[in-house]
Amino acid sequence: MKAAEFDYAKPRTVDEALAILASHEGEVRPIAGGQSLMPMMNFRLAQPDMLMDLNALEELQGIRDEGGFIIIGAMTRYRELECSELIAAHIPLICAALPHIAHAAIRNRGTIGGSIALADPAAEMPALMLALEATITVVSSRGVRRILADEFFLGLYETALADDEIITEIHVPRSKAPAHFAFCELARRHGDYAIVGIAITAQEIMPMRGLRVALFSVSDRPVRAVAIEQALENTSVGDAGAMKLAVQAIGSMAFQDDLNATDKTKLHLVGVLLKRALTELCT
Amino acid sequence: MTAIEEINLTVNGERSTHRVPVRMNLVDFLRNELGLTGSHVGCEHGVCGACTVEVNGACVRGCLMLAVQADGLEVTTIEGLTASGRAGALQAAFHRRNSLQCGFCTPGMLASALEYCERGGAADRAAIREHIAGNYCRCTGYQSIVDAIYEVIAAEEAQ
Repeated sequence: MKAAEFDYAKPRTVDEALAILASHEGEVRPIAGGQSLMPMMNFRLAQPDMLMDLNALEELQGIRDEGGFIIIGAMTRYRELECSELIAAHIPLICAALPHIAHAAIRNRGTIGGSIALADPAAEMPALMLALEATITVVSSRGVRRILADEFFLGLYETALADDEIITEIHVPRSKAPAHFAFCELARRHGDYAIVGIAITAQEIMPMRGLRVALFSVSDRPVRAVAIEQALENTSVGDAGAMKLAVQAIGSMAFQDDLNATDKTKLHLVGVLLKRALTELCT
Repeated sequence: MTAIEEINLTVNGERSTHRVPVRMNLVDFLRNELGLTGSHVGCEHGVCGACTVEVNGACVRGCLMLAVQADGLEVTTIEGLTASGRAGALQAAFHRRNSLQCGFCTPGMLASALEYCERGGAADRAAIREHIAGNYCRCTGYQSIVDAIYEVIAAEEAQ
């Protein structure tokens, strides 16, 4: 199908974009890469009154290393992340996840900010933000807010982003993007949305310390598995007792069914992925 | 009332100006306004890859981009890739290997395959399959398509 009618604006500066969001009556939908929003519009699941195109906003582009953070502009495309030496050197977890995100032609256009703003529970980027302890900077004509990823994802396609705000950049602390990381995902076909997925970072691995475990496609939003983190803290990979506790911890989490799998299947698969991810973490 | 915008873009090397409804996607514009029917419309939600075209040198889904968003950009369709000869080696290999039956997926498949080749993709069947995973073919079962792409890269490497 084709998208329903809408008005179109292409602001040249962030200030201009914020003025549109602050003043326009009706639903204004910012479009970044459009790789999820366009299908939603073609299916008429989204019918905004106005589409505000963020693609001319140079202020939202680029990746830089500043003050202990890798700062990623919201309009940075997946392809730019794939080609970035800064990302390869400092946030290899992102490099590990990128091949799982759809297909090359989608990654040429899709953006990190778009994925975070949409907050699809089966998407990779939101979960990575949790594992990387990222901070999401959002701006409106009312001012700037910096929101921890832990407080950003509130539900199914629901975030802390207000209607008049857009994401400008993402701060990933370099110290929290360590060499110890793992990413695993199960999908029916390559590039499909995950049935379940897991992203892990750790400050140390012998024994494991400072673990952050993020799961996606298990619930209405990406989730930190704090219970798994606690069960594994200060233990070694291969510690059968700790693993048992971790699997029990998974059992205590509330998973949700979707079209791919029941909550029980997801619960089982998270256990499978956790074992794989911990092996990957320590190799 | 339909919102209309004026766009200036370059398609297959030719610059032109058009007035387009803002809701018109890029592939519909290319097919219906410019008569470039080599790019096909399949699923219209970014899954099948039949509408794959190049925008500023990178493959994109023609159904997931609006024509109005191509303002100021350079678009290359299968017609352009054919005329310039860039896709020539792949086209010959597809022909030789019988890598198409109905041909619906072929323009998009060639664009994706060309991107893989031009990015320096290896003669590695698994990597080729991964790259073209976003292009659906309902006839060939992919074997002969992978064969053709592999053959082109292997021939280049042998030189």
